[in-house]
Amino acid sequence: MSTAETTLPAPGCPSNLEPAINADIVDPSPFVRRQPDGAARLELSVHGAHCGGCIAKIEGGLKTLPGVEAARLNLSTGKLSVSWRGAALAPIAITQKISDLGYRAAPFDPEAAAKQEDLEGRFLLRCMAVAGFAMANIMLLSVAIWAGHDGEMGPATRAMMHWVSAVIALPAAAFAGRPFFRSAFNALKAGHANMDVPISLAVILALSLSVYETLNDGPDAYFDAAVMLLFFLLIGRYLDHRLRAKSRAAAQELLALQATTASRLSNDGSLEAVSVRDIAPGESILLSPGDRAPVDGVVVDGVSDVDVSLVTGESAPARMKDGDKLFAGVLNMSSRLVMRAEALAEDSLIADLTRLIEAGEQGKSKYIRLADRAAALYVPLVHSLALATFLGWFFIGDAGLRIAVMNAVAVLIITCPCALGLAAPAVQVVATGRLFKEGVLVKSGDALERLAEVDAFVFDKTGTLTHGGLRLANKDDIAEQDLQHVAMLARASRHPLSRAIVQAAGAGSLAGGIHETPGCGVEGVIDGERARFGRGDWVGDDGAPPQTDLASSEAWFRIGANRPVHFVFEDAIRADARETIEALGARGLGVEMLSGDREAPARLIAEAAGIERWRAELSPAEKIARLEELSRKGIKTAMVGDGLNDAPALAAAHASLSPGTAADASQAAADFVFQGDSLGPVLTAFEVSKQARRRVLENFSFAAFYNLCAIPLAVFGFVTPLIAALAMSGSSIIVTLNALRLKTGDRKETA
Amino acid sequence: MTALLFLIPAALLLGGLGLAAFFWSVKSGQYDDLDGAAERILLDDDEEAEPADH
Repeated sequence: MSTAETTLPAPGCPSNLEPAINADIVDPSPFVRRQPDGAARLELSVHGAHCGGCIAKIEGGLKTLPGVEAARLNLSTGKLSVSWRGAALAPIAITQKISDLGYRAAPFDPEAAAKQEDLEGRFLLRCMAVAGFAMANIMLLSVAIWAGHDGEMGPATRAMMHWVSAVIALPAAAFAGRPFFRSAFNALKAGHANMDVPISLAVILALSLSVYETLNDGPDAYFDAAVMLLFFLLIGRYLDHRLRAKSRAAAQELLALQATTASRLSNDGSLEAVSVRDIAPGESILLSPGDRAPVDGVVVDGVSDVDVSLVTGESAPARMKDGDKLFAGVLNMSSRLVMRAEALAEDSLIADLTRLIEAGEQGKSKYIRLADRAAALYVPLVHSLALATFLGWFFIGDAGLRIAVMNAVAVLIITCPCALGLAAPAVQVVATGRLFKEGVLVKSGDALERLAEVDAFVFDKTGTLTHGGLRLANKDDIAEQDLQHVAMLARASRHPLSRAIVQAAGAGSLAGGIHETPGCGVEGVIDGERARFGRGDWVGDDGAPPQTDLASSEAWFRIGANRPVHFVFEDAIRADARETIEALGARGLGVEMLSGDREAPARLIAEAAGIERWRAELSPAEKIARLEELSRKGIKTAMVGDGLNDAPALAAAHASLSPGTAADASQAAADFVFQGDSLGPVLTAFEVSKQARRRVLENFSFAAFYNLCAIPLAVFGFVTPLIAALAMSGSSIIVTLNALRLKTGDRKETA
Repeated sequence: MTALLFLIPAALLLGGLGLAAFFWSVKSGQYDDLDGAAERILLDDDEEAEPADH
């Protein structure tokens, strides 16, 4: 190997929306699809890509691989599809490349990939386009009718205009109204009413009445109002769908995690990449450094440090040897291990956790959105008003059937929840966009509503209050020159300690002649001298006592015959943890810490963060039990956590947040995922949720006020098609503008 | 008023063309990645201008 130095770009998202990921490399071979023409295709779920720079980096990087014809990343869903030709490219080179760029890639099951296409979104878009087209054209005719109302337009011309409107409106409403008709029909069949029932009823009645008027050469037709109603509501529906699609994409990522692969060791010593679901108990599996245990099992060969933090919350790595039990999800760090599988993937710890998560999510689905709660009050009220109007005009006013029906329908049209349908989604889209800019991904609209309601925050320790990974702790004691030298070795290694060095040193060059000895360290040539970075006895330290403190790890670096340099790594508390906890406390919220780690490290962090109530050595079920205890007392809790052991608690809590470095299952279970090194986004998410809730309630009260003014007009028969059209578009615009106010946030509220 | 007899169909035809174009763009997947499309316009894709090998 030459000693030429190559410069590597800094890994991860160039916009710093998410730190580079210390990814496990998965061999995606079982998921490659071969096309009849010889091309190979692979669908991957990429984690950590958030900006245009990420697209350029990933697509550009993959195109440098031999034979790659196309690589396309969908930024909205995180799905990457790669196609290549020829046998020169091993599929693992693709995931390796993505991982080197600082992202994590997991293969998609081809079946799951086929279901990925957003058919529902396309359907709503088509409906919206048809309603928009019909609305614009009918409005063109309606404006002429209103302008010619005082005699300038003859009845024959008006009738023709009505007929043309009818020909546009009826098929358009039949096409664009399907989402509402379908949902209303299903709700009625199940014996209850939702917001779509009055919508469908108003559209159908308005259209029938208009057709009746047209047939009888009457002056008033509501074709424009009916399709305008559909158009505005479909905008709200589409925005809502896009928010939900984001949370679905996250759930599919969890599926992708379960579809990963492992290296199976056959009796003749050959290795084979297999899908995790195909591993049978008794089979041998090779875990290279950087691999995660795919199923529960027992170590049969090798000794290695294993990172169990995602499973138990314990931050110090555990040394595993023959006969030690490994749980699915633990990460092998230092040298190769052979394990014997003891359970199927669906019986392993990760699957148990998945079941707990599902149970928690079922509880959450019982949450009723604000808009639906409003609808439950609104629907019976409006329908009784319309009925009262009909009866009033027919019996008391003695106005005849036609006038009575006209006025009853006018009540339904004017009260149709156009603004209500737009009120919540518009606010939630704006709030989600604002949080995204602050580095918080919101997975669903009702998550914002739920977070705004919480009374207490519960934090996990490792990876939540602390950074989670090992970090260089004694950077100040090390000469910059030594740090840069050691980074030239560390950049070639995937060991967590090397990753921590690279993180501290930043981007730079590689040393020449690099060789990594598993379990010992990395060596290479720098400025013509041999350099080693790794275990003390291997590097050749002069009898320095090894550290015994379990909360930290250490390594030594030596170049030539110089004195070895000592590096200490530990899992440090996030810099703004105390500040954030105090800010939450100042807002009257309870704060508690639940950790799976041992008591001593838990106490240390709780004291540093200023948390008075804390518990240690909790199992996942005990964490849920504590959350349930709180909720029985009527306290709604937000859970903040990152480990696999937190995932069930995240799913069970009223609202949940998880850092971008968390286990995939936890990110999938959480409502919010925040990026970066600070804990501040937790506070930001809470504040924005509060503001969003205020805006939604404002919009509802505006809609209520508007109805209060409009209903008397409709009941007493003063509403013409012109007034209906003005009122409907006016209220929708005001609701949307009010939502947009959230974009910048009121200075007073955030101060 | 006879002008209406061809003006209304003309308006509908033009609107219909727009609607058809929109349907085509939805079908061809242009609305599947709204976030990515917004970013892609800023990418320097000079290397894609090289002649493809097929």
